[in-house]
Parts: sequence; structure tokens; C-alpha cells
Amino acid sequence: MEITKETVLKVAGLAKLNLAEEEAQRLAHEMGKIVGFAGKLAEMDLEGVQPTTHAVKLENVFRADEMQPSYPREEILANGPERDEACFVVPKVVE
Amino acid sequence: MDNMQKQELASLTLTQAAGLLAKGETSSSELTQLMLERIAASDNNAYITVNAEAMAAAEAADARRRTGQSLSLVDGVPMALKDNFCVRGMKTTCASRMLENFVPPYTAAVAEKLADAGTVLLGKVNMDEFAAGNATDTSYFGPTKNPRDPRRVAGGSSGGSAAAVAEDTAYFTMGSDTGGSVRQPAAFCGVVGLKPTYGRVSRYGVVAFASSLDQVGPLNKTVEDCALTLSLIAGCDPRDASSLPSPVPDYLAGLKGAEGLKGLRVGVPQEYMGPGIQEDIRQNVKKLISDLQAAGALVEECSLPQLEYALGAYYVISSAEFSSNLGRFDGVKYGYRAKGYDGYDDMLRRSRSEAFGDEVKRRILLGTYTLSAGYFDAYYLRAQKARTLIIEDFRRAFGKYDILLTPTAPVTPWLLGTAFADPSQVYAMDMCTVSVNVAGLPAISVPWGVDRDGLPVGVQLIGPALSEDRILQAAHGVEALANSGQIPGQKGGAAHV
Repeated sequence: MEITKETVLKVAGLAKLNLAEEEAQRLAHEMGKIVGFAGKLAEMDLEGVQPTTHAVKLENVFRADEMQPSYPREEILANGPERDEACFVVPKVVE
Repeated sequence: MDNMQKQELASLTLTQAAGLLAKGETSSSELTQLMLERIAASDNNAYITVNAEAMAAAEAADARRRTGQSLSLVDGVPMALKDNFCVRGMKTTCASRMLENFVPPYTAAVAEKLADAGTVLLGKVNMDEFAAGNATDTSYFGPTKNPRDPRRVAGGSSGGSAAAVAEDTAYFTMGSDTGGSVRQPAAFCGVVGLKPTYGRVSRYGVVAFASSLDQVGPLNKTVEDCALTLSLIAGCDPRDASSLPSPVPDYLAGLKGAEGLKGLRVGVPQEYMGPGIQEDIRQNVKKLISDLQAAGALVEECSLPQLEYALGAYYVISSAEFSSNLGRFDGVKYGYRAKGYDGYDDMLRRSRSEAFGDEVKRRILLGTYTLSAGYFDAYYLRAQKARTLIIEDFRRAFGKYDILLTPTAPVTPWLLGTAFADPSQVYAMDMCTVSVNVAGLPAISVPWGVDRDGLPVGVQLIGPALSEDRILQAAHGVEALANSGQIPGQKGGAAHV
């Protein structure tokens, strides 16, 4: 299965990753090889087969909708790369 | 204490250490001090973070014991966690620059259970970055060396967990297994590693890799230790909605050495005995087959034809879920944030590009690719359907056999820095383990002799869902056979064929 450099760059955009040209070229080659494993799946007769999302079947798991204590704000904010007293700070996203 | 006594004390099994603590012949402080000394002296790079509070925890355990208030059999035994288990107040890095300084505000369910049992956390051990790898060579903090031969890889992604047990810098450790990440490093380092059934152990607080495949499991020196550890951590947890409500049996009760092999029906899938398997590993497995038969087991070759597709299905599903799970790392609420960005989107891109290593990026891209418009049906959906057939194949096999026996890995540990032509060759090393995760089954790796270079070989025993008691019993039998001195390639054992 061939994957082009252009495809890699497009996918990198979706995944929010920057790639240099030669990096994208190398990755195109490597991803093509890896997708080769998946290419084997094309040999399978999967007509009428149901997909499995989880190997162990569990019905919807519910819990009571009750109020529970949350984490102190300072503790959650403590890991933020940039923050003020109450918020995580990010660059302006609306004009 | 002289050096020989120290070595003896360090090489105790978990069960033995607990026994000596109970008799008052050692203390948690003594064991913990010894482990900390050994960690500081080791060059294998098994640990990322050493717990500064370990000695205080040991002293508290000793105080409890003096007053008859021990929390459990293993109160005071020192252990370590893979660095993707969150522990409140202690750095959890996932061996990534992205989380280099992340200090979680909460504690993983397993870490909590082990703390409630009184075990002493020595620290957090090395791994492949975000658990994506099978050699612990993608860690931002450098590779872990294999204690059995420091020129070689420890396996991965739980390489630090396996190495710590093998080099006696912990009495047991915890790892996580998405496609073999507990079992393969266990095999590479010559220790025992168990991947429980999907949902048997809570994953709450363990950084997610591929949510439909991830399960956490212990690495131990013996099968008995493994059964003991599993009994401490198994069970339902409302905070992990995928955890199973089934009762937890007594995993130690069924252990009866080689006796436990009598009448055991063992299938050996030919798909894992073919040309991809290193010749001397195949010979080791054949020797085990004849030993099992001599011990009264009924062993038969069998075939699970869909296993051929497991590697493809695994890499599609795991990469897709990986890319989705790693979408949360955006440099906003925690983790690395780049400097000198221009706007929000640029901040995201730069932060992710600078903080993720090559392997992580490769898998994110692969996953994003297979999930993207136009490719979803061909890859992700197809892999989910293949998964159904793989599960059915296992179900059929377990109608006929109690367990399945395979090599854990097709090769023994390779030299650090080995250049592979492309990553697909490294991914192929996971061929024997990934199907187990795809089907959500429990499996254990037990040491079984060495290869021609004296490197450890592991065999894998797979059972149906929730049959941990059964595979532990079988593994205990295999271990007894190994200890009887008949292991291939070892002193007094049979010669290589």
C-alpha cells in the first residue's frame, strides 16, 4: 500500500503535528510498510461479520446521578503551563 | 549485613519477603533501604523517579507490624509502578517530554489498592514513551538495559518493570499491556508477567494507550508471587466502567506445581510455531511439550487460522485509539507548552511536535490516517470485523483445550541500538502477544530456559476470559518443571537440538 508524502502532511495537519518535508517523506515510506500488515485484512471475507468494539461484552454501565466532591481548583490549575487565579490561559481564539 | 546477606535478602521472592516480615526476621525499613541502595547503584536505568517518601512509608509499615496492625500479608514489601500509573503528588511522566513535569492530583486504583495493602512504593519505572514500543528504547529518559545482558534491550513497553524485578530492585512491579507490554519484557528479562482479562483489574488512573485493549498486570519473580499480586489488585471499580463485576477467586488455592498439569488439555497453535519464530525458541517450546506430556498433560497441535490477521487488526485498532487518546495533550491544562508560538493553533502544533518522540508521532499519524475520511471502512471497520473472527477462533479452540501454549516472543532480546530497516519489522516482533489483547483474554509469560546465547526465553499460556486461576495453575506447573533442572540450554538440562 502506497502512502504519499502529501497524504502524510494532510494527516499531520489533522493530528496537529508539524513535519519537515524529509520527515514526511520518511514517514510515508514507513507508514506504507505498516499499513501493509493491514493490507492483509483485505484478504478476509468479512461479508456479514459484525464489528467488535470491546472484547468483553458489558451492557451500558450506569451510576446514580449524585453530586460528588470535585478537586480543589488550585490543584487542577497547578499543572497548567500558563494560568491565572481561576483559569488556564491560552492565546486569543476569537476576534 | 555483609554483601552476601544483602544479595540474599534482595533476591527473595515477594512471598518469602512477606514470610520473613511476618516472622520479624527482617523489617520493611531494612528491605526498603536495601532496594534504594541497589537502585542508586544500578546502571540499567530501570527507574525514572525514586519515591522520596519510601523510607517513611517503610517505617510506618514497621510501626504497624510492631503493634499487630499490619494491613495485609505484604504490608511493608517494597515495589514499583510503571510510570503511566498516576500517584497523587508524584511525577508521572509516561517517559515523555510531554509529561516531564506532570504531577497528578489523583492516584490510580491499583496504586491505591497496593498502598491499602501496606506495600511501599519505591518509585516509578521506565517504559516506552506513552507505552508505544516493545524495547523501552523510545523513553525520553533513555533506554532500560536488560539486567541479564546489559548490551541488550529489556523489552517493552514495561521494560523498567521487568528489569527492576530481574535486577532485584523491587520485589514486584506493575506494568500495563496493550499488545504484549507486560509479557514480552517479562520473557526478555527472565521473569513472570501476567496480562489479566480485559476488565479484570481497574485501569482508573493509568494513562490510556488504546482503551479497548489496555489492561494492567503484575511482573513477578515467581508464579506464586504473581497469583498473590493479582489477588491484591483484581476486582470491579466503579471508576473504570469497563471493569468486570465477576467475583475474584482465590488465585493461590489452585497452585500445586507439576501436579496441576495432570489431565490439562493444551493446544499449541501452529500459527505461532512457524518460520517467524527463532529456531532455538521453537526447540524450547517443543521440549516443554514433551515435558508437559510426561507430566500428564494432553498436548496437541492446533490451528487458529484467523491469528494470521491479528497483527494487522491490532496495529490498526491500537494506533487509532492511541491517536484519539493522545489528542488530549494540547499544552493547555497540563503537559509541555512550546515557547514563541503565534496563536492557539500554532501553540498546539508546536507543543505536540516538540514534546512527542518519533514513535509516538508515527503511531498518531497512522491512527489518524486509518480513522480519516475515505480510509475508515478499509482499515478501522475492517479491523473491528476481523476482531470478531479472531475472538470466534479462540472460542472454538477453548471448546477443545483448557489453555493454549505459544512462545511469548518470536525472538530473544536484541542488541540496544540495532538498526531495523523500517518500523514494521519491529512491530512484527509482537506477533505472538497481540491477538490476546484483541480478544481480551488473560495470558501469562513464564521463563522457560534460554537460547543458544544464554538469553531468557519465555512461554505464553493463554486461557479463556476470566480463567486467571487456570493459567496461573498451569504456569505454576511449568515453573515446577523448569525448576526440576530439565530446562533446555541450562546447566544440567537437555542439550539443544
